[in-house]
Amino acid sequence: MTSFEPGGAQASIASVTDKVRPVAIGAPVTAVHFLGDRAFFVGAEERVSIVDAEGAMSKVEVLSGGILCAASDGERIVMGGDDGKLVALDKRGEVAVLVTDAKRRWIDAVALHADGAVAWSIGKTAFVRSGKGEEKSLEVPSTVGGLAFAPKGLRLAVAHYNGATLWFPNMAATAEFLAWAGSHLGVTFSPDNKFLVTAMHEPALHGWRLADNRHMRMSGYPGRVRSMSWSAGGKFLATSGADTVIMWPFASKDGPMGKEPAMLAPLQARVSAVACHPKQDILAAGYSDGTILMVRLADGGELLVRRNGTAPVVALGWNAKGTLLAFSDEEGDAGLLAL
Amino acid sequence: MSQSTSQKIPVTVLTGYLGAGKTTLLNRILSENHGKKYAVIVNEFGEIGIDNDLIIGADEEVFEMNNGCICCTVRGDLVRIMDGLMRRKGKFDAIIVETTGLADPAPVAQTFFVDEDVQRNARLDAVVTVADAKWLSDRLKDAPEAKNQIAFADVIVLNKTDLVSKPELAEVEARIRGINPYAKLHRAERCKVALSDVLERGAFDLDRILEIEPDFLEADDHDHDHDHHHHDGHDHHHDHGHGLKHYHDEEMQSLSLRTDKPLDATKFMPWLQDLVATEGQNILRSKGILAFHDDDDRYVFQGVHMMLEGDHQRKWKEGEPRESRVVFIGRELPEQAIRDGFERCIVS
Repeated sequence: MTSFEPGGAQASIASVTDKVRPVAIGAPVTAVHFLGDRAFFVGAEERVSIVDAEGAMSKVEVLSGGILCAASDGERIVMGGDDGKLVALDKRGEVAVLVTDAKRRWIDAVALHADGAVAWSIGKTAFVRSGKGEEKSLEVPSTVGGLAFAPKGLRLAVAHYNGATLWFPNMAATAEFLAWAGSHLGVTFSPDNKFLVTAMHEPALHGWRLADNRHMRMSGYPGRVRSMSWSAGGKFLATSGADTVIMWPFASKDGPMGKEPAMLAPLQARVSAVACHPKQDILAAGYSDGTILMVRLADGGELLVRRNGTAPVVALGWNAKGTLLAFSDEEGDAGLLAL
Repeated sequence: MSQSTSQKIPVTVLTGYLGAGKTTLLNRILSENHGKKYAVIVNEFGEIGIDNDLIIGADEEVFEMNNGCICCTVRGDLVRIMDGLMRRKGKFDAIIVETTGLADPAPVAQTFFVDEDVQRNARLDAVVTVADAKWLSDRLKDAPEAKNQIAFADVIVLNKTDLVSKPELAEVEARIRGINPYAKLHRAERCKVALSDVLERGAFDLDRILEIEPDFLEADDHDHDHDHHHHDGHDHHHDHGHGLKHYHDEEMQSLSLRTDKPLDATKFMPWLQDLVATEGQNILRSKGILAFHDDDDRYVFQGVHMMLEGDHQRKWKEGEPRESRVVFIGRELPEQAIRDGFERCIVS
């Protein structure tokens, strides 16, 4: 099965492809975030394309090279570049330069905290600047693979080789090291603050229950996990990397320990991006062949948002109310869907 | 060659012991009027004078893959840098990775074998080792890194030939050949070599494993100060009788196997896989062209330590001798056991 043809074998899948407003970004895209009801498509280099619900587009120059990382708190998007700059883009499309590295080193990772703090990394050093502008840094044993703020308190998780480091930038205590052999690239806290999960270089996730640092191995993926998204309320962690959406259960105190993940929306293509709806038990899943499905978590019911036959889907994002979905493939062939 | 292979960005690994002249070669490559743009990945970031737009500092961070294979190490920093560089696709034509003088080239090469994302966008072109004509013989005795770099190389630039006498040059070349007779060897002063000798070599391209023959320098002793005009397709099948001394390195050797009888694929492939699984730590490089019984296609393979890749390459040509040849370069190879194992794969 290589395509969804109406009347074909997949005719049972309802389609909303005719309701999608297509958007041509005109350049490769790596991420999309909503600020208010406008979608901000983060380009692979230099620019962010801002698209409103009517499809009108404006472009903002944010960095002078490749955009290596981006994070959003719904109020602004902070991006790091290969020109050594960290910039913030706000709802109005105004750019503020937060950091300029004197040696123009790459800014590899970025994270935002709800209270206005921002974290970024250059090589082995993680930096935190509080909402009040106070700056601190922490050196870890190897290059930082990913950063995430805990949902409670000013606590930063730093993923690197052979584990992750948990750091309270405002406390004198030494940072806590969670060991697990291998290269850890992405990192996320569960919304209830009880678990830390990293995406590894090898096709697996690793998790720690923070109460007792017990390990959780989440493996079996055919490919590296590049996209993770917590379902509304944090009951599940949805992940890319397989030919179905892999959903790890986190509702109980043991998280996924000893449990099988749920597998939703199987296709003959690999899931390349996932984004859970902010309020309902629905997620959007993008695939390596360009397909996008909307999936109901309860029963796996699927809705076709975008047909296959393009570059991999790399960007998926919901607005805060959950009324708009924005997406793009690698080449910048993008769209908006109003629910 | 498939289109996708040719669209992948070629990556040249530039290695060589401390002081051999890697940076000189790098600057020569960058300053030459070739109209190409290179992204350069270096180690001592910002501390060496390299004039190029796209320079990325690397940390040579090596980690072991959690796949139970102890020699399966990859350069994690390269995975990250390649990912970042791909944001700027179209802004450069090729990538050069310069390693530190003490680096083992294997993790760099293995990164291109194991990482899916790296593989999707880039291909390893060749490992180019710069060697110091004056000091290499000494380093081969006391620096295992230098020996590794020679053994691993597809291309060796024997630099600073103006600083040694002819007998010394013959000596160091013989020592190199004692370890790795298969690399293309170029003599140079101040790393003056033709770019085509070091770039776009396709050394890891299965389609270009056409010949596995030792590379012999033309043995006339003229001064190598002229521009090189190497003729592509000019095979160097000279007699090996130019008065070169033969050295056998006690530790690192190459082992060549050949037969004109067909091999049994059902025996050979398991044997090869088992060999690299057990001896892979000591086998640095392997290559082969194989003629299987009841198979009209040439089969080619190559490997780095425990990682192998192979494929049917093309039909054997009319009248072409169906000869199988396999080469291993490695440390303390159990030669007799390997020869016996190979013999057992021949269809009797």
